[in-house]
Amino acid sequence: MALVIQNVKLAHRIYRLTIQGSYSARMGQFFMLRCWDTYPVLSRPISVHNLTEDSVSFLYRVHGTGTWLLSALQAGDKIQLEGPFGQGFPEPQGRTALVGGGIGAAPLLLAAKEIPDASVYLGYTSVPFGVTGFHEISRNVTVKSGGTIVDAVDPSRYDTIFACGPVGMMHSLAQKTESTNAELHISVEKRMGCGIGVCNSCTVTSAGKSRKVCTDGPVFPAKEVNWNDLHRL
Amino acid sequence: MISIDCELAGVPLSNPILAASGTFGFGKPYADLYPLRKLGGIVSKGLTLNPRPGNTGTRLYETPSGIMNSIGLENPGIRAFLDSELSEMASHGTAVIVNLGGGTLCEYTEGAELLTEASLKLQAAGKRAIDMIELNISCPNIKEGGLAFGVENEQAQAVVRAVRRATALPLLVKLSPGARDLKEMARMCEAEGADGLSLINTIQAMAIDIRERRSVFDRAYAGLSGPAIKPIALRMVHQVARSVSIPVVGIGGISCAEDILEFIMAGAAAVQIGTFNFINLRAGDTLAEELIQLMDREGIPSLDDIRGII
Repeated sequence: MALVIQNVKLAHRIYRLTIQGSYSARMGQFFMLRCWDTYPVLSRPISVHNLTEDSVSFLYRVHGTGTWLLSALQAGDKIQLEGPFGQGFPEPQGRTALVGGGIGAAPLLLAAKEIPDASVYLGYTSVPFGVTGFHEISRNVTVKSGGTIVDAVDPSRYDTIFACGPVGMMHSLAQKTESTNAELHISVEKRMGCGIGVCNSCTVTSAGKSRKVCTDGPVFPAKEVNWNDLHRL
Repeated sequence: MISIDCELAGVPLSNPILAASGTFGFGKPYADLYPLRKLGGIVSKGLTLNPRPGNTGTRLYETPSGIMNSIGLENPGIRAFLDSELSEMASHGTAVIVNLGGGTLCEYTEGAELLTEASLKLQAAGKRAIDMIELNISCPNIKEGGLAFGVENEQAQAVVRAVRRATALPLLVKLSPGARDLKEMARMCEAEGADGLSLINTIQAMAIDIRERRSVFDRAYAGLSGPAIKPIALRMVHQVARSVSIPVVGIGGISCAEDILEFIMAGAAAVQIGTFNFINLRAGDTLAEELIQLMDREGIPSLDDIRGII
C-alpha cells in the first residue's frame, strides 16, 4: 500500500495522481493501480507521467469505473500499485520528437525529461491540460487545440519520433513518417488482465507475431504493427 | 500447531493452495514478486501438442466482480514448453502440474505421451519433473470442441480413457460447469482411472456491444471467472465431492482464506486461485499464512477436521 500525496483535476475528466515513494521507471513504462477491493476485478494499467526522488505521478482520464474510483482519491488515502512493467520507449537516436494526442501526453513528460532537447508536440480536442510540466523542462513545446497535431509535425526533421494518443492520430503520423528516415515508436493501449505477461489478453500483432502489450510493449515500432488490429481496439 | 500440508493424488503439497491454469503462465513473472514455494503448486497455462495462436478480437472483458476471457488457448506448444519452460517451472520448490488441452483425441494422447516421457527422463536424472497432469476437457474457447469434450459424457470418456492409457503420471481431470450431468461425468472420470478432479472451469457467458450491435467477442461466447462465480463453483464442488471418492480440487472465484475454508468444508481436497492472482499479483505470498491464522481463530487444527463436513 502506498500513500496518495495529491490527486488534482486538471480538466474535464482529467486528473493527475501523485503517490509517495521512491520508484524507478523508464519512460513509457506503466504501473498497475487499484484503490478498491474486488470490484472492478482488474487493476488499471497507467503509464508513468513523472518521477521525483520521493514520488511517482500518473496523468489519467476518467473512462470507466476504475478510473472513476481513482479520481475520488484524496491526499492521505491508500492505493496499491505494482510495477513498473513493460518495455517503455527505446533509446532515441539523433533528433527526437515527442507527439502526444490528448491523454496520450501522459507518458511523454518522463520522455521529455530524459531527452531534454526533444521537440514536443501536444494536441488536444479542446482545452489543453498538463502542458505546464512540459514547458518547465523543454523550450520546444508546440501545443494545438482542435484539428490534429500531426499537421504540426514534420517527420523529415527527426530521426526518432515517440507517439502516444488515439489510434487514428498515430496512424496518420505513421503514414506521414513512412516516406522519411524517422523511426516512429508508438505506445499502444489494450485491456490488460495481469500486466505481467501471463494472461495473454492484451495481445496485438507486431512483425507478424503475437505480442503482448504488457511485456513486449506497450511501445512498438510503428512499421511493425498491424493497424487494422489497432483500429479495432 | 496448525498444519495445512496435504496430499493430492499421491503428491505431497506444502499447502492446499495451487495457482490455476491460465492465470499464472509457467510461474516466471510471479517468481519476481514472491517465492513460489509459498504455493502448494502451480498449474501451467493450458498446453496443446502444437502451438496455438489464440483467438482474434477482444480477449478480455470485465463484468461486475468477474472477468470474461476468450484467449483461445494461445500457447507455445508442448515441445517448446519442455525445451524452454519446464526446468525453470520445476525449480521453485512447489508442485508442478501441467494443464493439457487438445482439439482431437490424437492431440491429447500424443501430448500426454510427450509430457510423460520428458518427466520420466528428468526423474531418471534425479530432477524434479512433472508431478501431475491436469486434463483440460473444458476450455470453452476453442473451436474443435474442447468444451464439447467436456459437455457430453461419451466424448469426455473417450478423452479421459485415452489420456489415462497414455500416462502413468497422476491425472486430474478439470471439469466444465457446462457438463450436461456433472455428477455423472465425475463418476465416469473416477471409473476411468482419474486420480482426482478439478472444478470449475470458467462458465460460458456473453457480452454484447450495443453500439456495434455485435458480441464483444469474435467467438460470441467467452468464459466467466472471478468472485462472481464462486457460489456456483462451491455448489458444484459440493455435489461432485459427494459423488466420488477421489480428491476434488475446488476452483472458482476464491479470493481470501474464508473462501478456501468454504471449499474445503464443501469437500475439496485442495483449491486453485485463478482470477484473484490478477486482483492481487502477490496473492500466493500471503494466502497460506492467512489460512493458518483463520484456522487458528476458528479453532480448526487441521483441514481434515473440516473437509466435507457440510
